[in-house]
Amino acid sequence: MELTQAEKWMLEGREGQATRKAMEILAALGTIYGADRLLPVASVQIAGVSYDNLGEAGLEFLAEMASDGAKVKVLTTLNPAGMDIENWQVMGIDADFALNQQRVIEAYQKMGIVPTCSCTPYLFGNLPHYGEHIAWAESSAVCYANSVLGARTNREGGPSALAAALTGKTPDYGFHLTQNRYPTLTVQVQESLAGTHDFGTLGIAIGKVIEASRVKTIPYIRGIPEASMEELKSFCASIATYGGLALFHMEGITPESALFEAPGDCLTINRSDLEAADRFLNEASAIDQVDFVSLGCPHLSLQEIARVAEQLKGKKVRKTFWITTARPTKRIADQMGYTTIIEKAGAIFATDTCCVVAPIQGRFKAIATDSAKACYYAAAKNGFQTRFLPFDKVIEEALK
Amino acid sequence: MLATSMGISFYGGIDPATGRVVEKGHALEGQSIGGKILVFSTGKGSTVGSYTLYRLKKAGNAPTAILNAESETITAVGCIISGIPCVDHIPIEQITTGMLVRVKAESGIVEIL
Repeated sequence: MELTQAEKWMLEGREGQATRKAMEILAALGTIYGADRLLPVASVQIAGVSYDNLGEAGLEFLAEMASDGAKVKVLTTLNPAGMDIENWQVMGIDADFALNQQRVIEAYQKMGIVPTCSCTPYLFGNLPHYGEHIAWAESSAVCYANSVLGARTNREGGPSALAAALTGKTPDYGFHLTQNRYPTLTVQVQESLAGTHDFGTLGIAIGKVIEASRVKTIPYIRGIPEASMEELKSFCASIATYGGLALFHMEGITPESALFEAPGDCLTINRSDLEAADRFLNEASAIDQVDFVSLGCPHLSLQEIARVAEQLKGKKVRKTFWITTARPTKRIADQMGYTTIIEKAGAIFATDTCCVVAPIQGRFKAIATDSAKACYYAAAKNGFQTRFLPFDKVIEEALK
Repeated sequence: MLATSMGISFYGGIDPATGRVVEKGHALEGQSIGGKILVFSTGKGSTVGSYTLYRLKKAGNAPTAILNAESETITAVGCIISGIPCVDHIPIEQITTGMLVRVKAESGIVEIL
């Protein structure tokens, strides 16, 4: 890989040890993937924020990177933390965890990173435009940026995203190159879909087929006449979780779909495929056991919070019910009066965090949620049974 | 040696303290990847996975080496910061659990013994 003079200096350590290490990570990645140069990036989204995920080892790595005064060179935002930064006590977080979580945030802030603590950075200020090169972590946001926005990013890991932030660069390979963005499989959807749950179900159905095929696939999805931002963010989270996908095209909806013809190979998704996908996350034994309800994976939009407030107005929830969203969205929800209605009903705002990254292993028996991604981590990481329901049904479940 | 034709999500799919595979329905569910040459198709799932590899290394439960059909960034970066040898473009269908394999990561050569 050819490096510019400035990049070579970073590699030699002229900008300090953290930037040197960052450049080493990028140079190694570039060599592995056959990149011939580094590209400047417009923005970075960093994963690896919850102390529950990082552990002491991860925190030490970050503290060391932050210790020599290195600063990010481009707009850099953060993934969700393991707790509500301002209100962690209501979540049942212990004081030791809170202290360690604060140390993580401080290390990132020291490097000039904006602590948005959200998986939906595109909703508040980190919004790349069509064709822009970025280096993002967070699998659902990567899929959204590539597919829905038409920006270009590989699926960065936490450390490689940090490396891109400290250098402002990323190796030119993978999804940065036009030839790697062509669709390889047509997916014909034969059922009409509505809501986050339906779109999450479609993500499971397509994702599992692609995962089982073991072939790197970029689907070209047809048969979906319209999709809202909320439905697309749900779909992105699901297909990234179950199929490892970073890019899809959706005819008439995503910008690059207009550039390509539908490939000859075709996968059909019908009602029975969707029912099977839905059943996969709905264990019969979980029905009577739900003691935890969560909405906001990915983080809820303002419209979704408005919907929750409308459904909860004047009622009382009977289960632990988390509303997970980003701090900027929460502030507007406060102004709109939604927060008061929701909290009066007994639900809890778990801002800056979510049920995937918070330290809640074994705390509940079964979760009800509209998020296919949340179900995956609830089962694998937290040992919960899962009820995967439409948005409004999730709220009803909390009221039962 | 522990081999699967499936993908692995290090975050969520592997217990970072013990190295045990915890993904529901995974072919390797319940087995520990610690101290083994781990063979799988490719990485999947959350991008926090690189730190999971780093945590496994610090806890002494990381794989000795990783062989992939195709590595992706999350696995590759996890291996770089943790110093785990990783070789990809391997015809993993020729390798089964229990085989004896020699990995020369510097030259990218994998021999079935």
